[in-house]
Amino acid sequence: MAFFNNMSSLKIQDLHVRIGEKEIIRGLTLEIPKGEVHAVMGPNGSGKSTLSKAIGGHPDYTVTSGDVLLDGESILGLQPDERARKGLFLAFQYPMEIPGVSNANFLRAALNARQPEGEEIEATDFYEHMYDEMDKLEMRREFTARAVNEGFSGGEKKRNEILQMAMLKPKYAVLDETDSGLDIDALRIVSAGVNAQRGPETGFLVITHYQRLLDYIVPDVVHVMVDGRIVRTGPKELAYELEAKGYDFIRDELAEPVSA
Amino acid sequence: MPTEEITDLDIDRTRGDFRYDVKHEFDAGTGLTHDTIDYIVNVKGEPDWIRDWRHKALDIFLSKPMPTHWASKDLENIVFKDIRYYLSGGQKASRSWEDVPEDMKRTFERLGIPEQERKFLAGVEAQFDSEAVYSNIKKAVGEQGVIFMGSTDGLKEHPEIFRKWFGKVIPTGDNKFSALNSAVFSGGSFIYVPPGVKVKHPLQAYFRINAENFGQFERTLIIADEGSEVMYMEGCTAPKFETATLHSAVVELVAMKGAKIQYVTVQNWSANVFNLVTKRAIAHEEAEVKWIDCNIGSRLTMKYPGVVLKGRKARGEVISIALANDGQHQDTGAKMIHAADETTSNIVSKSISIGKGRSTYRGLVHVPKHLKGCKNNTECDALLINSTARTDTYPAITVRGTGNACQHEASVSQISAEQIFYMQQRGLTEAQAMSLSVNGFVNDLVRQFPMEYSVELKRLIDLEMEGSVG
Repeated sequence: MAFFNNMSSLKIQDLHVRIGEKEIIRGLTLEIPKGEVHAVMGPNGSGKSTLSKAIGGHPDYTVTSGDVLLDGESILGLQPDERARKGLFLAFQYPMEIPGVSNANFLRAALNARQPEGEEIEATDFYEHMYDEMDKLEMRREFTARAVNEGFSGGEKKRNEILQMAMLKPKYAVLDETDSGLDIDALRIVSAGVNAQRGPETGFLVITHYQRLLDYIVPDVVHVMVDGRIVRTGPKELAYELEAKGYDFIRDELAEPVSA
Repeated sequence: MPTEEITDLDIDRTRGDFRYDVKHEFDAGTGLTHDTIDYIVNVKGEPDWIRDWRHKALDIFLSKPMPTHWASKDLENIVFKDIRYYLSGGQKASRSWEDVPEDMKRTFERLGIPEQERKFLAGVEAQFDSEAVYSNIKKAVGEQGVIFMGSTDGLKEHPEIFRKWFGKVIPTGDNKFSALNSAVFSGGSFIYVPPGVKVKHPLQAYFRINAENFGQFERTLIIADEGSEVMYMEGCTAPKFETATLHSAVVELVAMKGAKIQYVTVQNWSANVFNLVTKRAIAHEEAEVKWIDCNIGSRLTMKYPGVVLKGRKARGEVISIALANDGQHQDTGAKMIHAADETTSNIVSKSISIGKGRSTYRGLVHVPKHLKGCKNNTECDALLINSTARTDTYPAITVRGTGNACQHEASVSQISAEQIFYMQQRGLTEAQAMSLSVNGFVNDLVRQFPMEYSVELKRLIDLEMEGSVG
């Protein structure tokens, strides 16, 4: 396995990220091989959302050192859209509204952006594909004509993120607090959507505050993030331990000298 | 010298930015005096009443001050003495593209006009500098009695209709530039649709400025007789010159009882054109006039299409889209003058300001006290792209009396960095993301355009956005 990790993984190496003058990520290292689901759990303010934005290339987040490698290639010098076309997908905690642009048009534009210059996907293939994925997420057909996320409920927005992910078929998907704002039914549907996309060709980084999501999307590895670093890595059972004891027990442990 | 070194790629970006050198046989020279007027009248072989009309108009033009007390100071940069007021080859407009002089024909072919004519138009008029060089109407439409020709020919061949309405909707002294147009007008369309005739396909005019230091002053008069229907579309381009160019048109529409007129403009002047246009319609009883006005190019556009709702239950509508890029000022809006009971008007204006671009909305809605059952709805939305862009709204709404209703909504929004990041994260480039957002902003209005024009409009927005990022 070690031989292939470099080439078939999303690898974050000793990453330092600032917003303005404030350092939020402080030497974070993490590797998600294709085919695995990794969860990052952490208390509020630990830098979880910053991590996803920095990986995506948001201009407000400055990487001061370290690297992010997608299948062995650094993506830090790339624009957000170039990273996306290389196979990176972010499911947003707060998906943006795009007034006047229908979901169908937006998805088509995103898919066409991945076609070779001058080529476009066939409209009939596109609709067939989209309806198929929508059915899996129990989304109604009228949805395609509605403006992207405009007036959507929290659950609809998250379902829409998963639909986009299903259509764009990323190599690596970062799910930022996808469970926030979801009731139990929506959580079940969204999780089923994610699970349907699990497979040897995709790696997932699931960022969450609560263990609850991990009952539905069962991770291969759990990382605990505190103050901009991964402080603990373990099997899925680590999530239960956190749930039972709270984040404070990690903090207490960290108060004692920790071996690097 | 033909500027053939322009590559195909460049043409694709700004399709109007190319130029073949055309020698004009008739050139009134630079500057504007009463001699200029006589020159134009003599070349055109016009009757005396027009000669008098033009001389009077010139006096009015000279006596009126520039409207800089309310409009842009940029108007002061127009140097009237350096402009050429009339340029033509002297030939009558041809009915066949074969007979159009070669360089002019090539120009319009490059702009795609003959192709559009074959595809979806009922008639086309193509104006090159001061005169129409091509004018034709589909046989079946002509046989219904529809008249469609250049206004130069219209006033000579159909004086009984022309004279009755000419200058009646927009009097010479309406404003300084309507007076200028009245003095030196040339070209533009004359349309008459007989009672009950519904012209199925649009009639189109294309206005092309080819010469430098030139002013184009077309004059359009459209009369839709009782119960008739017509859609007219106009497009316009000019190459980029070093010096400023002036376009100052007057457009008058008359919708008789129960008639419907739709007037669609897609203005894409190059960024050195002063575009100062007066457009107004009279809507008689139960008539309907709709202006669909789209301003993408020019240095300064001042244009406020209006409808005088003269007959009971007349309806007026202005749908306006303006895009002001760096260095451009789009000063646009609408006027609705309610002059009869139960008249309704609707104004929807959307403007986009990019970089240092500036958009201004000016709206006038007037409902006098003695009227009953009048309604106006005004919506104006502005979209700002980056913080140095500027937008202003000046609504002037006078609604008097108790039986009338008026509704006004305005909004200003921005495309946020978060929205662009979101779209980029899905794989769209920054320019594509901007373009899609802008198209989304105007989407509900674009849907009202004829399909061919909405495609063209989307393409123009894409080109503008491509140049405005990164």
